[in-house]
Amino acid sequence: MDKLLQLLAANSGFTTAEIATMLGEPEDYIKAQIKEYENRGIIKGYQAVVNWEEVEDSYVEALIELKVTPKKETGFDEMAELCMAFEEVESVYLMAGAYDFALIVKGETMQDIAMFVAKKLSTIDGVLSTGTHFIMRRYKDRGMNLTDFDDRADGRNLIL
Amino acid sequence: MIDYDKYFNDKIKEVQPSGIRKFFDIANEMDDVISLSIGEPDFQTPWHIRDEGIRSLEKGKTWYSPNRGFAELRREIANYYERRFGVSYDADEQTLVTVGGSEAIDLAFRTLIQEGDEVIIPEPSFVCYEPLAVMAGGTPVIISTKNEDNFRLKAADLEAAVTPKSKLLVLPFPNNPTGAILEKQDLVEIAEVVKKHDLLILSDEIYSELTYGGKRHVSISSIDDMYERTVVINGFSKSYAMTGWRLGYALGPAPIIAQMTKLHQYGIMSAPTTAQYAAIEALRNGDRDVKKMRDEYDMRRRLIVDSFNEMGLSCFEPLGAFYVFPCIKSTGLTSEEFCTRLIMEKHVAVVPGTAFGKSGDGFVRVSYSYSIKHLKIALERIREFLKELNYGS
Repeated sequence: MDKLLQLLAANSGFTTAEIATMLGEPEDYIKAQIKEYENRGIIKGYQAVVNWEEVEDSYVEALIELKVTPKKETGFDEMAELCMAFEEVESVYLMAGAYDFALIVKGETMQDIAMFVAKKLSTIDGVLSTGTHFIMRRYKDRGMNLTDFDDRADGRNLIL
Repeated sequence: MIDYDKYFNDKIKEVQPSGIRKFFDIANEMDDVISLSIGEPDFQTPWHIRDEGIRSLEKGKTWYSPNRGFAELRREIANYYERRFGVSYDADEQTLVTVGGSEAIDLAFRTLIQEGDEVIIPEPSFVCYEPLAVMAGGTPVIISTKNEDNFRLKAADLEAAVTPKSKLLVLPFPNNPTGAILEKQDLVEIAEVVKKHDLLILSDEIYSELTYGGKRHVSISSIDDMYERTVVINGFSKSYAMTGWRLGYALGPAPIIAQMTKLHQYGIMSAPTTAQYAAIEALRNGDRDVKKMRDEYDMRRRLIVDSFNEMGLSCFEPLGAFYVFPCIKSTGLTSEEFCTRLIMEKHVAVVPGTAFGKSGDGFVRVSYSYSIKHLKIALERIREFLKELNYGS
């Protein structure tokens, strides 16, 4: 896998100079490479991994399982497109297994999400059933530890 | 009150406690100390390797192993040395599984050294060679490797250190603490001196998987006429992030391994059984893990070398292990002063070069076996420290 992409995916906060040093490439080359990835749509954007539990105006998220009837012409794509259109929906994944889609849905309260599922999702033509799982606590998100559990690796004893 | 001193072996009284003890105690008193002093991988043992250890326990494999180690593991070790470094060893006669590389070093010393024999040790180097050589009855003869030679051992310096009493040369490369490596040409030149003076070699290759800049580790046992004169020490700690499993090995001429095995048998019995099962998996399916960790270390290495040079602490490019060895002479402080002030004023722990021999004075050992996030915080604090010293302005 491309090392530049790996680095950025793990932490997009590095400066181009730092990345250039770490990868042993000229900074101009790194800048050009990032531009190209952005232009080609390989890098879609940069987001901070926020530990929302530490923030006052928090929100809730749920994972929604969706069973659907695929369309003859377009398969699952049309349903995906419908789901993606809701601003409450953060992520849409087509799944192998017991259900077809997994959605990550965001709302201010559990009630918001419950209403969204009941009124907007279940009523879509072709949706057979839904299952809602509220996320209670995030321990690790996108590879990052969100807890204050001891980070053993950096707290090791002095040994020669 | 009993005067215990009179009971002690004279040699053990000579042995000094490890040079970083003082910093360990200071660091323990502080709760926000950020350390760059560790000498082990920050990675955990890859999961599939741990899993094999666990599985062996589930199957109830909790007994001693054969003294020399499981035959299956010895075969894998022999295959590995052939595959990676092009040197063949017989799994039965020339391979001994030990409790870490350290035990193997101790065994080799006690097997080969007689009272009064000189043991040639390049320094700076890992802290165990000198005390273990002394305990075995040897007289350590130190060669100081130099910054201008990129801390490589030079054949001419070896030649100058040889006396009629010289018996064993310790070859600790890739080197802890300098990060220096030896390349084939260096080894060929050293080999000539070794042969001329009929020396034996203890080649500590524990960092052999951690070399950078396209340089592959070369074992001196692969150099003409050196195979029969070399005991190779290696292990699983650094390459597979398995320090806590305590598993190493020695490879060498069958008669030497046979003698070492006796000592191992009476002193240790056998290396940990669980660790041996895990190690078989490491050698069979661990190449990818090794590469992944090496690539990660390499990125950190570039970042940290660059940062030190930029701060004005000149730092030769280390091509092995996971340490950098910047020169701090330009600050006007000694290694001890630098490290003491850095930990007291900025709560950053690095190890004074003098912990690895007198020739380490003027240098500090900085480990990059930490996450990049951790390294960046520590480097920032060192930068502030230098600024407050009015350094470089």
